[in-house]
Amino acid sequence: MAEPIARLDDVSVSFGERVVLKNCSLEVPDGTIMCIIGLSGAGKSTILRLLDGLIKPDSGHVYLHEHDICHMRESQLIEMRTKIGFAFQFAALFDSMTVGENVSLPLREHTTLSEKEIFDIAMHTLDSVGLAHTYHNMPSELSGGMLKRAGFARAVVTNPEIVLYDEPTTGVDPIVTHLLTDTIKRLRKQLNSTAVVISHDLQSIYMMADYVAMLFEGAIIANGTVEDVRKSNNPIVQQFLQGSEVGPIPL
Amino acid sequence: MAHTLREVEESPTAQAVERVSVGVLASVGRRVSDMLEYTGGLTMLMWETAKTIFRLRIRFAETLNQCYLLGYQSLIIVLLTSLFTGMVFSLESAVQAVQYGFGSFVGGIVSYTVVRELGPMLSAVVVAGRACAAIAAELGSMEVTEQIEALKSLGLAPVRFLVVPRLLALMIMLPLLTIFADVIGVYGGQWIAHAQAHIGTQDFMASARQTVGFEDVVKGLFKALVFAVVIVMIGSYQGLTTKGGAAGVGKSATSAVVTCIILIFILNFVMSYFLYAGA
Ligand SMILES: Nc1ncnc2c1ncn2[C@@H]1O[C@H](COP(=O)(O)OP(=O)(O)OP(=O)(O)O)[C@@H](O)[C@H]1O
Ligand SMILES: [Mg+2]
Repeated sequence: MAEPIARLDDVSVSFGERVVLKNCSLEVPDGTIMCIIGLSGAGKSTILRLLDGLIKPDSGHVYLHEHDICHMRESQLIEMRTKIGFAFQFAALFDSMTVGENVSLPLREHTTLSEKEIFDIAMHTLDSVGLAHTYHNMPSELSGGMLKRAGFARAVVTNPEIVLYDEPTTGVDPIVTHLLTDTIKRLRKQLNSTAVVISHDLQSIYMMADYVAMLFEGAIIANGTVEDVRKSNNPIVQQFLQGSEVGPIPL
Repeated sequence: MAHTLREVEESPTAQAVERVSVGVLASVGRRVSDMLEYTGGLTMLMWETAKTIFRLRIRFAETLNQCYLLGYQSLIIVLLTSLFTGMVFSLESAVQAVQYGFGSFVGGIVSYTVVRELGPMLSAVVVAGRACAAIAAELGSMEVTEQIEALKSLGLAPVRFLVVPRLLALMIMLPLLTIFADVIGVYGGQWIAHAQAHIGTQDFMASARQTVGFEDVVKGLFKALVFAVVIVMIGSYQGLTTKGGAAGVGKSATSAVVTCIILIFILNFVMSYFLYAGA
């Protein structure tokens, strides 16, 4: 594996009584696409939040470029996050702004580009997810899948060096799924950026992933290339990949 | 019949008493720790806000927009509240005063009270009902729909982006609204004094001018400034700490307004005590 750009080291997270991650470790190699799979409620989104410094672990460390982000001040975190894109599971567009304003916001705030350049880049990014015609719409006028794509566009518009995608293809049609999967691959190739993708869509995972990690009961139980994980002889991984009802995973 | 100590301890009554007292203690403890958490969180938020303002990291367009939303849109209700309060105050005092031969003091009494107490406080209470609830609900719904996290993920601090523009806007607008409230309150009082107790406009105004100094107006505006901080900081803090979906947003908005209004009454007393103690 390449050098890790992001790393969870022995991390535990719980919400009240509920233990979500327990001594979980994970390395995200630089310049790769890493997919995280796991049951619903397993804590996948929690991992992305940790990597973005949005929550702090109860114990353990989160490293980004070998800097421990758990001890950073909020102002340092804010600075750090300008280099990380985050496409949220439920889009999380700002509902007081138009779709175009949402996508151009990071450009407007963090660059010195002119209005014309900002408009062009935002429009181009929206176009790449098939949403150019919604530039002037309010988020409330978009469907769930369209919101998802707009959130995707906002996360990648600044070409961040790491992009965290939380289920980018859930709730969108097969054609757009293909489009988004291709976009993730293209961005990685063009910018040599790193992507951490949570997905339940095995087909698109097989299409794009360099590495796959499976989260189960608070820890990573399988981690390797797509082939490694597919050939894993862990019965839990096999049951998950086959989507079978019978097996060691309790329903 | 003699009971052993153990028997008494194990009797249902003793157990119930123990349960209740432990319950009361626990709930008092929880209250205290909640309050400490609230105060601590609020202080941190105010500190962050102050730092952002002093570093001049201000979004002017958004501040102007908030001046319109929080300030200008409250103008009508502030004017109406103040007008009718000035009127009812005058109604109650003017006729009586004339009966006892103090008719020439009515202008002073009404304007003194309006400028020093009623104008700043009622404007703040009315604006709290609108703006504090609006801020708590807006930031609260942003919190529960992950928009606050999204803001952070884009490298934007919620304090700079959301809290500071609202704070500056209301610190400008509430004193302005208070000036309007003062003027219309006194005017309403004067009108009723004339209509009900036949006190002449000239007399009323002369008495008002004699009683109320420029200093009183400034102190009233200082109060308004403090109330603006209370309204925005309580609303923002409640909003940003909202949990639990739509129901949570409702709860945040309600408790923001209640907390805010109580604080306004308390702080009004405290400020009157210190500002006017010498007078
Ligand atoms: N803020 C929170 N407060 C309390 N519990 C939480 C919170 N966030 C997450 N959880 C709990 O943590 C667990 C993991 O949540 P998470 O969102 O990471 O799951 P996930 O793997 O992303 O699931 P899905 O595939 O359904 O999106 C869930 O059981 C959830 O109930
Ligand atoms: Mg999730």
